[in-house]
Amino acid sequence: MKKAERIGGNVASYVDDRTGAAKWLRKNLTKVFPDHWSFMLGEIVLYSFVILLLSGTFLTFWFDPSQREVVYEGSYEPLQDIKMSAAYASALHISFDVRGGLLMRQIHHWSALLFMAGMIAHLMRVFFTGAFRKPREANWLIGVGLVTLGIVEGFLGYSLPDDLLSGTGVRIAEAIIQALPVVGSYLAFFAFGGAFPGEAFIPRIYTVHVLLLPAAFLALITIHLMLVWYQKHTQYPGPGRTEKNVVGYPLMPIYMAKAGGFFFIVFGVTALLGALASINPIWLYGPYNPGQVSAGSQPDFYMGWLDGLVRMFPPLESYVLGYTISWNILIPGLIIPGILFTLMALYPFIESWMTGDKSEHHLLDRPRNNPNRTAIGAMSLSFVLVTLINGGNDLLATHFDLTINQIMWFSRIGVIVIPPLVFVITKRICLSLQRADREKVLHGRETGRLVMLPHGEFVEIHEELTPAEKFTLTQHLQPKALVVPDTDANGVKNPQGIKGKIRARFSQAHVEQIPAPTESEAKALGSGHH
Amino acid sequence: MSNEIQKFQDPGLPEHVHRKTDVDPKAADRAERQVSILFVLSALSTALAIYAYVFISDEIFFFLPIMGDTNAHQLFLGLGMAFSLLFIGLGLVHWAKNLMPDTEVIAERHEFRSPDEDRADFVRTVKEQAGAAGLGRRSLIKRTLGLALGASALTPIVLLRDLGPLPGKELEKTSWKTGTRLVTDPGDRPIRPEDLEVGAVAQVLPELEPGKVRHLYDIAKDAVLLIRLRPSEFQLDAERLSWTYDGIIAFSKICSHMGCAVALYEQQTKHLLCPCHQSTFDVTRAAKVIFGPAARPLPQLAITVDSDGNLVAQRPFNEPVGPSFWERSS
Ligand code: HEM
Ligand code: FES
Repeated sequence: MKKAERIGGNVASYVDDRTGAAKWLRKNLTKVFPDHWSFMLGEIVLYSFVILLLSGTFLTFWFDPSQREVVYEGSYEPLQDIKMSAAYASALHISFDVRGGLLMRQIHHWSALLFMAGMIAHLMRVFFTGAFRKPREANWLIGVGLVTLGIVEGFLGYSLPDDLLSGTGVRIAEAIIQALPVVGSYLAFFAFGGAFPGEAFIPRIYTVHVLLLPAAFLALITIHLMLVWYQKHTQYPGPGRTEKNVVGYPLMPIYMAKAGGFFFIVFGVTALLGALASINPIWLYGPYNPGQVSAGSQPDFYMGWLDGLVRMFPPLESYVLGYTISWNILIPGLIIPGILFTLMALYPFIESWMTGDKSEHHLLDRPRNNPNRTAIGAMSLSFVLVTLINGGNDLLATHFDLTINQIMWFSRIGVIVIPPLVFVITKRICLSLQRADREKVLHGRETGRLVMLPHGEFVEIHEELTPAEKFTLTQHLQPKALVVPDTDANGVKNPQGIKGKIRARFSQAHVEQIPAPTESEAKALGSGHH
Repeated sequence: MSNEIQKFQDPGLPEHVHRKTDVDPKAADRAERQVSILFVLSALSTALAIYAYVFISDEIFFFLPIMGDTNAHQLFLGLGMAFSLLFIGLGLVHWAKNLMPDTEVIAERHEFRSPDEDRADFVRTVKEQAGAAGLGRRSLIKRTLGLALGASALTPIVLLRDLGPLPGKELEKTSWKTGTRLVTDPGDRPIRPEDLEVGAVAQVLPELEPGKVRHLYDIAKDAVLLIRLRPSEFQLDAERLSWTYDGIIAFSKICSHMGCAVALYEQQTKHLLCPCHQSTFDVTRAAKVIFGPAARPLPQLAITVDSDGNLVAQRPFNEPVGPSFWERSS
């Protein structure tokens, strides 16, 4: 110990002599971070990004981003002497002739899935706990930007090997560009350097995939984490935790050790997946050829919902004055996803408009304590889930002996009917959970132990909660609905007009909850018993 | 008695509970040993990875339940790497959880809003600066600056112009011309009606003109499917019927929805199915869309035979093939 302390001391003095940062560093090295499993979701995302950078760099040493035609002469027998792009040939080379190459390819793909899944899980945690509220709106916006870029980055990476499956995906992307009114065919020719598929696309998206977007991720993640650092992390409510403090472990040493350890665990798990679970076996698909297609083609899950939307959309196209508008591509491929992501980005501002709440929040909500928000989240998830199911309609049809037609009609109706149902049900569930909390606080926890009273009646013993538990279950805010006056001071009717009315209605829906029990109530009940 | 409603009070942070390793030096020593064992296991795993890299041939396959045929080189390299990382992680976490101080600490949080005075100062400064620059008054400067900034953004956009040629009429043309022979894909052999039995399907391409090579962008528009039915099975008008030859009908293979290859033919129903979004086309009714998101039938190629008895195109497609685009007129 003595030696470690001496070295540590020397390092600290060395750094301070040259930067004068002693005070700042001391403060930040002992920065407090609250601990909760759900706070590790963001960490998973960060670590899988690092793994993507490392494994991706390895792949760049052999990958040849070129659509020049070559004849395959590598060691994978079934494709011997077949014409293909240099990109596909080099992806085969990495898989079969570079030791550890296949492992790295699989690690790269698995960590991309983990990156996307982690981001979505992290986003859900932030949404359902209300962590996006003031002052963290900027981080929410950055997050939505990261998810959007993540979808693009994943799609581009998937397209690079130029196999039959990914080429088909690129063809669909080209059709979406081409469907844009007025500029579509121009943009498609610019993107592909001429007619599809051309020889320019893979080299171009390669630059975007390995340089442009990773740089954008790095910048956004840096700002994201600096904001988390500066604004301090939110915390779940509980005894000793208030809006004015952060309770947790200091960065050095325990938080760093845990986070560092967790990085290695995430990396280890990804490597295990890469070693054991085959993913994207491109050699089975063959090289891309626009006249061929592989049956049952499936995109990665983060694209699957878009595919499902496109699949369920009715065949609508208009021909106006000699021009074509492809609603069947534009609406499911661009307009609906655009609306969804815009609403998601704006949600923090929409919520604060609805509630009129302009104050800072550092204590998280338990999802049940904000039934309206939780219901909105569940509703949106159910929408995406139905579209995702339809994206796998061919697989479902073969596995469950259904027809594509049945699944399509289920999805078409479901995508409209299920989300509102989910909204109502989720809200009810939240309210009954609140009721259960209230019961528990006022009457204690059910123990399952029965006792017989002297006169023969059986009652269950209820165990009183500890003061800490009572506080945790009752500390949440009890906001009141906004009131919009019917007439203002000058007697003008409806001073805020229809907008004010709508806002009041929304606000009413948003504050709906079961009143939290109070100490006074508990006392009154207690005295009633005796 | 007051009438004020009293909420449940915050009892404050619970008392710190000591771990076994905090109070029992033996337990702490044991934890130290456990951490070290994890780190040693990690080093051993790295040794396994290097051993696999150097010594296990990548030609050895063996059977594993669930995973099927597995490559030994790849498997042991991967497992070695995975466990070397996992054991480091587990060791660090075990170390942190058992041996590092685990007292929760409280840090104060401060509202981000500055005190009213500072804030008013700041707002005033910003206002004054805006005033000093004359942004409010000198509207000519403001407007011309807006113009200049907006215009300067045009250069980078213009610079992207050479990314590709203008589409012109490219999207509306294919290589099919009057009299172009149909050749098999693959193989590039001319094809005669008797080569196709009733119920058969064949993928064909236009015969290459001498000295030309076939690019993928040609195939992306030229690919055609031939299907042979009994002539009585068609439900076509006279014109469309005249585009077939002895029960053989030809359609563009490029889906009219988003351009995938329409590859699946169901013999019993005489339906063509696109695997991408399951648009389904009825061959007997000139590829009318009977299911799915495609809005138009697959374009039909008029065919006949030439004097040598080979199948040829009567004339080019009479409409653009593949997915829609703005300039497409129907
Ligand atoms: C590359 C992607 C991302 C990385 C690397 C990342 C990383 C992190 C990390 C490590 C934290 C702190 C710990 C935690 O709360 O999990 C955090 C906090 C946060 N993230 Fe992300 N995140 C990403 C994407 C997102 C997304 C998609 C959203 C939402 C749309 C989002 C919104 C937030 C917010 C609002 C906070 C502050 C939350 C709080 O203090 O409790 N982030 N992020
Ligand atoms: S591309 Fe054929 S159905 Fe969409």
